[in-house]
Amino acid sequence: MTSNVEWPLFEVFVRPRAGLEHKHVGSVHAADARMAIEHARDVYTRRQEGVSIWVVPSAQIVASDPEEADALFDPAQDKVYRHPTFYAIPDEVKNL
Amino acid sequence: MYTQGLDSLGKDCLGDSAAESAALEARFQAKIDAEEKIEPKDWMPEAYRRTLIRQISQHAHSEVIGMLPEGNWITRAPTLRRKAVLIAKVQDEGGHGMYLYSAAETLGISRDQMMQQLLSGAAKYSSIFNYPTLTWADVGAIGWLVDGAAIMNQIPLCRCSYGPYARAMVRICREESFHQRQGFEIMLTLARGTPEQKRMAQDALDRWWWPALMMFGPPDAQSKHTAQSMRWKIKRFTNDELRQKFVDVTVPQAEYLGLKIPDPELRWDEETQHYRFGPIDWGEFERVLAGHGPCNRERLEARRRAWEEGAWVREAAIAHAGKRGQRGVQAA
Repeated sequence: MTSNVEWPLFEVFVRPRAGLEHKHVGSVHAADARMAIEHARDVYTRRQEGVSIWVVPSAQIVASDPEEADALFDPAQDKVYRHPTFYAIPDEVKNL
Repeated sequence: MYTQGLDSLGKDCLGDSAAESAALEARFQAKIDAEEKIEPKDWMPEAYRRTLIRQISQHAHSEVIGMLPEGNWITRAPTLRRKAVLIAKVQDEGGHGMYLYSAAETLGISRDQMMQQLLSGAAKYSSIFNYPTLTWADVGAIGWLVDGAAIMNQIPLCRCSYGPYARAMVRICREESFHQRQGFEIMLTLARGTPEQKRMAQDALDRWWWPALMMFGPPDAQSKHTAQSMRWKIKRFTNDELRQKFVDVTVPQAEYLGLKIPDPELRWDEETQHYRFGPIDWGEFERVLAGHGPCNRERLEARRRAWEEGAWVREAAIAHAGKRGQRGVQAA
């Protein structure tokens, strides 16, 4: 007998220690979210790599399309004045 | 993670005219040449996707099958320390398999499909795991030689052009070093032990040396995939280059152990600054890969049994989750 239903996929995010963001590390299959956290602990934190785990059903993630990256990020491309180096300040002026 | 979007993406792109797909392919290769990484939803040639699925899933299968020969010694480890270490190592191998299945799934193949390919015998795994672990010294030899060869293979894969594979390899390589060192420590303890223990260590080296050299795959002249994989930067060194590196670092380690490498033709070549070694029995390699090694049948049987006997657990867990979900909906 083999099962036909595959356990859903969850994306795993781990916070390495307090003060740092959760970071995507991979995915696990699990019957539910609680099991996903336990699997994520066994798969991704065997050497104390984390103090907190998030799991998110992979199907719930909405992602931008890399094919459209140019158009999506276009608004920022011509705004160099958002960077401090855009402004010429005389060398004599300090603390600016 | 990214499987849903892939089907439509592939179809859109492949539906384009030949000229357009040539342009896409040129842009893809330019990215690779510029050492940019390819990520799951990026356009990629179908052959690149297929090559990666084959390589990553076979790599994952090797990790999972690799748990079996060593698992054989967990209940008979000579001390509690050795037992704890061996359990941790075997658990790591399982974890490595999971990182890799996870990376392969980003290319649009499901975990179940990969599992079926393994269980049906359609997918290959590393030939080394079809050899038996006859004594405790084999556990040492596997850590030292097999994991040593794996590290040689895997370090360049950390720079592989496909992002998820490269990231999985970084994680794996970080953990692999303990595997090799614990193996060498077992060999060292045996080599410094009683004459009988030293004989055991030598016997293990005699049996694992040549299969370890075969782990790097067929010689460059006969390797089907090497040239294309190097162009795509999936591979960074050829099979023969990696094999030579392995021999060069391992021979002095064997000398330190006071053990003899079972190769009468092995000698240092002053001119090339490399060890020269005797011919590898590629007939044996082919036989083992074709399913006729000492343990091929036993390994697949063990995996099939685990899959079948675990079926009710997988089904019960999903049924339970379904019921709990329904109850939650009703309560809300």
